[in-house]
Amino acid sequence: MTSNPKFSAIQLICALTMWGLLPCQAQAYTIFVSSEKDNTITVIDSEKLQVTNKIKVGRRPRGILVTHDGKYLLICASDDNRIDVMDTKTLKVVRSLKSGPDPELFVLHPSGNPLYIANENDNQVTVLDIEKNIVVAEVPVGVEPEGMGVSPDGSVMVNTSETTNMAHFIDTKTHKLVDSVLVDSRPRFAEFSSDGRMLWVSAELGGTVSVIDTETRKIVKKIEFKVPGLPKETIQPVGVRLTRDGSRAFVALGPANRVAVVNTDTLEVEKYLLVGQRVWQLAFTPDEKLLITTNGNSNDVSVIDVEGLKVVKSINVGRAPWGVAVGP
Amino acid sequence: MLDCRIPWNALVGRLHRLCTLCWLVVALVIVSTGISKAAETASVRMGFLSYRPPPPPAYEIDPVPEDEGLAGGRVAVRDNNTTGAFTGQQYSLDEAWLDENEDPVAKARTLVEEGIQFLIVNLPASELLSVADALKDRSVILFNVGATDDRLRGADCRANLLHMAPTRAMLTDALAQFLAFRRWQSIFLVTGPQAGDKLYADAMKRSARKLGLTIVAEKPWEFGALARSKADAPTTAEALVFTRDVDYKVLVVADEAGDFGDYLPYRTWNPLVVAGTQGLIATTWHPTLEAWGAAQLHNRFRQSANRPMRPLDYQTWMAVRAIGEVVLRGAKADAVDVRRRLLDPQFQLAAYKGVPVNFRTWDRQLRQPILIAQPKFLVSVAPQEGFLHQRTPLDTLGADQPESECRVQ
Repeated sequence: MTSNPKFSAIQLICALTMWGLLPCQAQAYTIFVSSEKDNTITVIDSEKLQVTNKIKVGRRPRGILVTHDGKYLLICASDDNRIDVMDTKTLKVVRSLKSGPDPELFVLHPSGNPLYIANENDNQVTVLDIEKNIVVAEVPVGVEPEGMGVSPDGSVMVNTSETTNMAHFIDTKTHKLVDSVLVDSRPRFAEFSSDGRMLWVSAELGGTVSVIDTETRKIVKKIEFKVPGLPKETIQPVGVRLTRDGSRAFVALGPANRVAVVNTDTLEVEKYLLVGQRVWQLAFTPDEKLLITTNGNSNDVSVIDVEGLKVVKSINVGRAPWGVAVGP
Repeated sequence: MLDCRIPWNALVGRLHRLCTLCWLVVALVIVSTGISKAAETASVRMGFLSYRPPPPPAYEIDPVPEDEGLAGGRVAVRDNNTTGAFTGQQYSLDEAWLDENEDPVAKARTLVEEGIQFLIVNLPASELLSVADALKDRSVILFNVGATDDRLRGADCRANLLHMAPTRAMLTDALAQFLAFRRWQSIFLVTGPQAGDKLYADAMKRSARKLGLTIVAEKPWEFGALARSKADAPTTAEALVFTRDVDYKVLVVADEAGDFGDYLPYRTWNPLVVAGTQGLIATTWHPTLEAWGAAQLHNRFRQSANRPMRPLDYQTWMAVRAIGEVVLRGAKADAVDVRRRLLDPQFQLAAYKGVPVNFRTWDRQLRQPILIAQPKFLVSVAPQEGFLHQRTPLDTLGADQPESECRVQ
């Protein structure tokens, strides 16, 4: 019966659930995927796991996120030096925000405002009040800033710079640099644990993820990855996501075409999940039942069942999918 | 009566004064060395040594820029200094241009006398060796950014010489891998009259043997610099029929000076591909490489130098960044420690090629991916998929450890 094409993925998942194999999907969310080569946002229904729409946006969309009220999708339109704001209900781009030059990735303060934007070409982080569309501050950081993280209590923002190879800790009140931690080559992504005690920073060319104690700002462990049969050079960690309960971390390994599942207690890799080609960014559905991965070279996203640690589906999207975010 | 009592009080007082002086001196020495130490760790001075490019003729399509090489070094110095702002280091690059007939050894010595321990050198092989030998007992390391001669990494290797420029063998292996991958296996080799052309052709022959290509024909080019000749210059009939009656798939041209290679595409008897030093080329850097963040380096370079970045600029950029990378990670800013850390197998430099690059410890050559490009498009990147090596696929390009003739460690 699994071969019945009319049988939707979600029915399949629910059917498997009845047999105790998978948890059942409770709620439908909207998955947004940016495609940097054809300047679109692909919209996917998380229940049907099908593409429902494709929306033209600014040029070279990369980092995307859904505002905390769920109303808007913010899109880094890198080549247009702006952030597009899309209404998540009507799927219309309703306005644009100032971003500074070449915005690549950003993160929202836990309160929902301001937005912290990495300006890749300008060695700075722009702090933007998204309601007033006013640049509050520009913070100089290292060469080619990309990864952005903010602590759960909102007191510290972290930026990683790809050529400087550092994670910069920045006070969100004073906008002053507090500390810089040296990590391995080409850090791409920064993610705080939900208790705020650990910061995870991936190093794409170094092939490692540094877990940094946010109190002492010392590296607790550098996690390395080994996939049998793959040369070390192809293992290039980029996106990192941690579950809210803090038990697991998922690390996208780029051209290794795998997502590593890491036990956050032992900081050891538990499993590698085979996904599409050149996997970069990851996003959970709000209920953390599914994890979506963007696969830049196979032009699709993979859907991972978080509980069962299985890849349940891949869905074709636009060319060179980059960012992913899930809204209500 | 002679007073034989020792004047203890006076003596103690004098000693005390003496000691105060001693302490002062000691304190002064401590303070001054402290200051000079701080200055030492904070500033990293590098030098760039190259012949000044001759002024271009009245009209030249793509003249050699006056700042070729140096411009890449300048961008890397800024990159290092952005990071240095967080670590308390200041990088600088002194430029030393040689005029024709000026002695590079004397100029290099002057730079070293001024305290420079890192010398980035763009010189022909023989002059580069003279400089390396003249400085072999000094605390200085040289970075070869220009010379592709394999002998500099082989029989003529030097302990104080690291190579950012690829070897001819790396370039021809990269090209031959691509031709093998496409199954364009029969080669017509056309070699120019200059010494470098012969070396390039020799490297191509070795690559062909290594990768299963066949050199089906080989001819010297004897018609002069037709690619540089003016529109009214005569083209001899022989040049037009030069490629007739040869059964081949790819014409590989060895013309490092660019004198005639660009004459060949579209003037071959059969409509076949021209590759080598012109046409489809192997290179470390190309304006059409955009992946792996390369577009960001192109942008930074263009903003700074107002022109596209050339391979020599990129190789100089890598040299300055490599020094910055190890000093940033805790190397002392001296030649010995920097050399040791650069040659550590754990060393990694992110160089916009998708994999980190580092040095082959046996000949101090930077292993790196090589781009295969047509004039306005990137065609492929070597190593090609499927060419494997027990250490790293990058070591399928150029001389490998077992065949290395370098005996100096």
